Amino acid sequence: MSKNTEIKRHRQERMLNFGIVIVSLLAALIIGALLFLIAKGNPFKAYAVMFTKPFTSTFGMTEILVRAAPLMFVGLGIAIAFRSGILNIGAEGQILMGAIAGAAVALAFPDMPKIILLPMVFLASFIGGALWGGIAGWMRSYLNVNEILSTVMLNYIAIQVYMFFIRGPLIDPKEVSYGTGVPQTAVFSKNAWLTRLIPGTRLHTGIFIAIVLAVLVYILLWKTTIGYRMRAVGIEPKAARAAGMNVKAYLLLAMLLSGGFAGMAGAIEITGIHHRAMESISAGYGFSGIVVALFGGLHPLGIIPSSALFGLLIVGSDMMQRAVNVPASIILSIQGLVILSLVSSQNFLTNPRFKEKILKIFDSKSKTRNLKKGGRA
Amino acid sequence: MVEKINHLEMQHITKRFPGVLALDDVSIELKKSEILALLGENGAGKTTLMNVLYGLYHQDEGSIFINDKIIEIESPINAMENHIGMVHQHFMLVPNLTVIENIALGYFQDTRFKLDLNLVRTKIMEIAKKYGMAVDPEAYIWQLSVGEQQRVELVKALTLGANLLILDEPTAALTPQQTDELIELLKEMARQDNSIIFISHKLNEVKSVSNRISVLRNGKLVHEGDTVSYTVSELAEEMAGRQINLPKSPEKLEFGEVMLDMKDIWAYNDQGGWGLQGLNLQLKAGEIMGIAGVSGNGQRELADVVSGVRKVEKGNILIDNWNITNHTASQIIERGMGYIPEDRLHEGSLPGFSVRENLILKDYNSSQISSSIFLKKKVIDKFANNLIETYNIKCPDMNTSCASLSGGNIQKVILAREITRNPKVLIAAYPIRGLDIGAAEYVHNRLIEAREAGMAILLISEELEEILDLSDRIGVIYEGAILKVLPGRGTDYKEIGLLMAGVIDE
Ligand SMILES: Nc1ncnc2c1ncn2[C@@H]1O[C@H](COP(=O)(O)OP(=O)(O)O)[C@@H](O)[C@H]1O
Ligand SMILES: [Mg+2]
Repeated sequence: MSKNTEIKRHRQERMLNFGIVIVSLLAALIIGALLFLIAKGNPFKAYAVMFTKPFTSTFGMTEILVRAAPLMFVGLGIAIAFRSGILNIGAEGQILMGAIAGAAVALAFPDMPKIILLPMVFLASFIGGALWGGIAGWMRSYLNVNEILSTVMLNYIAIQVYMFFIRGPLIDPKEVSYGTGVPQTAVFSKNAWLTRLIPGTRLHTGIFIAIVLAVLVYILLWKTTIGYRMRAVGIEPKAARAAGMNVKAYLLLAMLLSGGFAGMAGAIEITGIHHRAMESISAGYGFSGIVVALFGGLHPLGIIPSSALFGLLIVGSDMMQRAVNVPASIILSIQGLVILSLVSSQNFLTNPRFKEKILKIFDSKSKTRNLKKGGRA
Repeated sequence: MVEKINHLEMQHITKRFPGVLALDDVSIELKKSEILALLGENGAGKTTLMNVLYGLYHQDEGSIFINDKIIEIESPINAMENHIGMVHQHFMLVPNLTVIENIALGYFQDTRFKLDLNLVRTKIMEIAKKYGMAVDPEAYIWQLSVGEQQRVELVKALTLGANLLILDEPTAALTPQQTDELIELLKEMARQDNSIIFISHKLNEVKSVSNRISVLRNGKLVHEGDTVSYTVSELAEEMAGRQINLPKSPEKLEFGEVMLDMKDIWAYNDQGGWGLQGLNLQLKAGEIMGIAGVSGNGQRELADVVSGVRKVEKGNILIDNWNITNHTASQIIERGMGYIPEDRLHEGSLPGFSVRENLILKDYNSSQISSSIFLKKKVIDKFANNLIETYNIKCPDMNTSCASLSGGNIQKVILAREITRNPKVLIAAYPIRGLDIGAAEYVHNRLIEAREAGMAILLISEELEEILDLSDRIGVIYEGAILKVLPGRGTDYKEIGLLMAGVIDE
């Protein structure tokens, strides 16, 4: 067989990969368009807004990064867990526990210099999330409790614990004295604020922290003996055990790290955006982060672009909602559809049998076309 | 309905995968009531050829003729409509459904909307009766043994109207007795006007079951002819493309110190009963001791306790006079234990890891391979390339994932890793199971080398020939204890066979 056919085949495959993504996106958008029509909105306008408007203003562009930062943290944590063979669905709860631990530290040491206080807040958030994730990890390793169940259940508990703290022990004294009672902590001292990068926007240094950590996670997983063991345990626990690894300990370690990263997403939100802990701080990052991680191929360097893409989806659909006045639930459905299509297209991309079929169709088409050409000549 | 198959021809079939020419101008032919054996080493293209016939792949070149008419087989449904049925190497049954339900899954062509389980049941019983097979239609698949599941696959194919059956390595997971039963069944099916394509790399089976043989090597058809006109060793040569002599370990009179000493070992099996019941065993440096026995008599537990993944309830295990009883696996590895596990895909290797990463599975922590935290990339690259070359591991490069290698090459990766560490004791559990004869020869040569290098080797196997070829002493294991130890030379099959069944002559 000639080298030429092989090169041609490679080119075809690349085109095909691209095509699959486009087609599935189109499918999602067409279904979404139907939803718009039902709600009497203009789909063309809506989509134009969703995919272009974020790029037309500094605000839009920075906002994408603002959303990407917590997603990246969560995504990295999810990737660590999944790579180690443990399915962490509990990032949402771990974010909250991280946020509350971080907030407690920020409130307790308002006069500490920034250079010390911020790392302390992040450390506290990491520990908060890690402990929450660690509970599930420990139950899985030593009591054999399915981690999907335990992490989901721990989410519910986390919400209540979080609410207890911001309603009770950590509530802003002003809310009490004014009698308003909004469940939120006092605003942190400026020493616990992440620096804003561009005036008039919310862009803060958190995105850099996230990118640096992504690189560190890459190094951890692929360049160190600890990462080697974590991945080995994740891929084939039996072989890891036979090779002398302590499988249970590494599962637990993975959950500690995974929870810790989600916890730091909480730190990002309280120190970068709200400057306090308050209700509905996470905006569903704990769940979107799973999709971010999967779409990024469970690889830290894939998670960076993947979280930016999902940041765009969130910001774009916010803007769309304001521009074309349709119910918010439609926007959420569109978001869901796009996520669904992207994720399922990835399934097609990794399915050799499907590819083979499509390429076959193209092959027979190009053959008949060549025949026709030949006939004319 | 399309008429039944009286004559099948696949002509000049060529099939390429990216970077691989899996089939190169292969032609085979099969008539009614014939059993054709498709013989070839792993990776020769047997499965690919059958997947083309079954509509899972489409050939790049060549054509298929049924009853002298050219046909296009686009999908497995298409294949079934043409009366072709296939029993895959890995069964395609849903464990949580019953036999009937599984068969009904494929039966929808006739009853597209209504699921008539009674109709299916009648059909199944008809087929079972016709060929004298025992099948319980109400049993769940997970309740059935491997042999029974295979019978379900056969019934399924026949129920769906096949009269040409493709069996891809059907005996790989069967015991010798189950294999004999299957061969009888297949012959009966052929007598009743079915034709069969039987894929295997086990020569004895092929010899006893088939009428005609086609041999594939590296995607090419290298040989075809009537079974009766060839001897087993001629076939082996055709298959490997060279002469094969499974090596025998040279006679030796002096052995070293006792390296592995197991004293009165008791351990539970996975079901909670006793797996080992007072097992005693001594193994010396430079010696191969074969452990013969019907599987399930404690072999699994024996390997487990020595490698530290199963708890010893009573007794002591010493490696080189050092007590390692109930130490962790990593401590035991430290002490000089090497292990070639039975399950090379899940226990011996990490399929999702690259060859390079698999080669350091036991050494990632050593000071040569890593500083206390970081893996030393350059050192590992060199180490891996070295082993790939020395052990002749066939892979595009060291970053290829282990999962994409053939069984023989995965075993080479494991051998390379374990033997290079130069352990004092090496346990080899079923080291050539599922390997073709060329790869088996390789593995045996390496084991003999390891013996010459002074390792103490425990060879667990169900193939007596392997044990007799290699062992200095043979321990027969029965119900969790060594029943008797025999000399490696001058012992005959029959004696071992009786002991394996638990019979001791006084
Ligand atoms: N889907 C596939 N994609 C790429 N290569 C394949 C695929 N299936 C088989 N091959 C390659 O084709 C060759 C023949 O494989 P196979 O037919 O499975 O061999 P056998 O069944 O004789 O062991 C091997 O080199 C194998 O790696
Ligand atoms: Mg095969």
